[in-house]
Amino acid sequence: MNKKKIDSATIISAVIVLALFVAVFIAEQIIPATSMLFTVIKKGATYALVAVSMNLLNGFTGIFSLGQAGFMLIGAYVYGIFTIPVAARADVYQYYNGGLVQFTMPVFLAMLCAGLAAAFLAFLIGLPVLRLKSDYLAIATLGFAEIIRALFQWDKLGPVTNGSNMLRLFPNFNDFNIKNADGTVAVYFSTLVPLLIAGVCIGVIIMLINSTYGRALMAMRDDEIAAEAMGIRLASHKRLAFCISSFFAGVGGAMLAMYQTTVQAKSFTTAMTYEILLIVVIGGIGSVTGSCLSSFLFVACSEWWLRFLDQKQMIGNFEVPLLRNGFRLVVFSIIIMIVVLFFRQGIMGNKELPDLIRQLQGKNKGGADK
Amino acid sequence: MWNTVFPYLLSGISVGGQYALIAIGYTMVYGILRLINFAHGDVFMVAGIIMVYMAASGVPLWLCIPLVLVLTALIGFVIERVAYKPLRSAPRMSAMISAIGVSYTLQNLVLYVTGGLNQIYPTIPWISDSVTIFGATTKMVTVITPFLTLILVVALVQLINHTKIGMAMRAVSRDFETSQLMGIKINQVISTTFVIGTFLAGVASILYFTNYTTVIQTSGAMPGLKAFVAAVFGGIGSIPGAVVGAFIIGIAENIIKGLDIILFKAGVISGPMGLATFSDAFTFALLIIILAVKPTGLFGEKITDKV
Repeated sequence: MNKKKIDSATIISAVIVLALFVAVFIAEQIIPATSMLFTVIKKGATYALVAVSMNLLNGFTGIFSLGQAGFMLIGAYVYGIFTIPVAARADVYQYYNGGLVQFTMPVFLAMLCAGLAAAFLAFLIGLPVLRLKSDYLAIATLGFAEIIRALFQWDKLGPVTNGSNMLRLFPNFNDFNIKNADGTVAVYFSTLVPLLIAGVCIGVIIMLINSTYGRALMAMRDDEIAAEAMGIRLASHKRLAFCISSFFAGVGGAMLAMYQTTVQAKSFTTAMTYEILLIVVIGGIGSVTGSCLSSFLFVACSEWWLRFLDQKQMIGNFEVPLLRNGFRLVVFSIIIMIVVLFFRQGIMGNKELPDLIRQLQGKNKGGADK
Repeated sequence: MWNTVFPYLLSGISVGGQYALIAIGYTMVYGILRLINFAHGDVFMVAGIIMVYMAASGVPLWLCIPLVLVLTALIGFVIERVAYKPLRSAPRMSAMISAIGVSYTLQNLVLYVTGGLNQIYPTIPWISDSVTIFGATTKMVTVITPFLTLILVVALVQLINHTKIGMAMRAVSRDFETSQLMGIKINQVISTTFVIGTFLAGVASILYFTNYTTVIQTSGAMPGLKAFVAAVFGGIGSIPGAVVGAFIIGIAENIIKGLDIILFKAGVISGPMGLATFSDAFTFALLIIILAVKPTGLFGEKITDKV
């Protein structure tokens, strides 16, 4: 292992993250479960994981992939297919005689399978696709995502995928709550657990980025030819990054399935990939912290804070013009365009939380010296 | 057998022509800026929406058509100036992301204006009429699309090969910086490219939506993607390539839509296979095959990387 010293900034960052987890846990026990805060945290955690996985490819490896929605679809479906209770299968697969799969897996095992399935598919897709260059690679991965979407809607695969009908009745985030015998909730975990899952996965990605592998990936991003000359095997590193990113996109897909409580192939469009790409850009390409922050901001704005723009508002007797259904998204898109055009670095640029803390510490020290 | 295949072939050629008109916009912009203009499909959709609202507000149809084309070209011009020009010196990925942002904005804007409801496209006389050719009943637009496409493409090729602005376009697409040093006004050339591209997308939108009759904010996404695939298939940057690619993709897509019936009538399969699900996916499968075999497309130039 490298002999890097763990400095105080890293420790402070870890403490901040830990404190956030504790705060969420406490908030969950106090504030009513219907609060928008929890919806935002659940969806935000899901998007954060997917955004970080996309950032691993687009920001750290320099592979411009637009296939994220496809891998999320795989994850969501694998999770759904393996966790629907056997008793509920006749109901869900009503057009396919209860379907082919007749067993149920524990939730976490199914999530692992979701990730592995996505990673395996990424391996297969990577064989032809990763040889391509920038734009071509982007459009080929996008194409694969579309092919996967069509395949999962195919009637002949109905006994497994339920065709174009939705999968439902699988365990969702609310099933993480610990309940009393009479059905009331004793301890709320429905927000903390998804946050923890995302946290652990993102932690693994951060560790990967800081390892020799991560350095090799970044070297490839900066200059492929130079990296190759330094002895980095491009093909295998690219494949590895692609599979790992897809693994976490798959897990993210499983989380999205839990969040939505239903899964339908037709919702995993390229628009979803674009949305995640925009999150990554807003956060700063090449910053994990940025991706996480912007996921929560993005979800909070679109689901919660900008909601008022969709309803009629009165200031005294004056009705504010333009406000009606859909205005929120217009405002939102304009904000995004402003970020894309004028704040190209995004929220964090390529800095991480510890970097910021180090900056602050440096400033304080400078002040003390004087 | 022929009677079963012919209607699908016919609509394939028609759709192919419409894709070709959109694909030219992609391929020209890519040729000059090396930018995948993801918003192009949405401009095509916005042209449809403008037509719907203009016709509804009582503007006579004969006036609507030229107005829509002019407005669409104007939108293309404005998008380039606002969203792509500031990023000219930025890394290529920034411009692509900006294009995705524009696409997102246009879709949301239309969602806001229309309330997310399907808009009925106005019926344009003559081209909406039904005709019967070789025993297949179809709309007039299906018949005229391929011819109109070919006329426009020939005109465009003439423009590029024989006019001053066309020469400037070829120079810019060959070498951006050198042509700037030679006194070519890059911004003017790029704006012209966008105006031509979006104008053709406007024509395509009139033809396409006359055939499909409804417009919604997501209507542009799929045709846009397919036209882009067509451009890549034919070799991005090449106009004849884009046209050939678009016709191949349009025909293949429509044949697959009818493949169940065709195979059933031919006695290959005994029951429906639901193969029509793959009509969109096949386009992308074709793309991946061509990229794996010939990464620069059918008519693309070979590029070598310089260190």
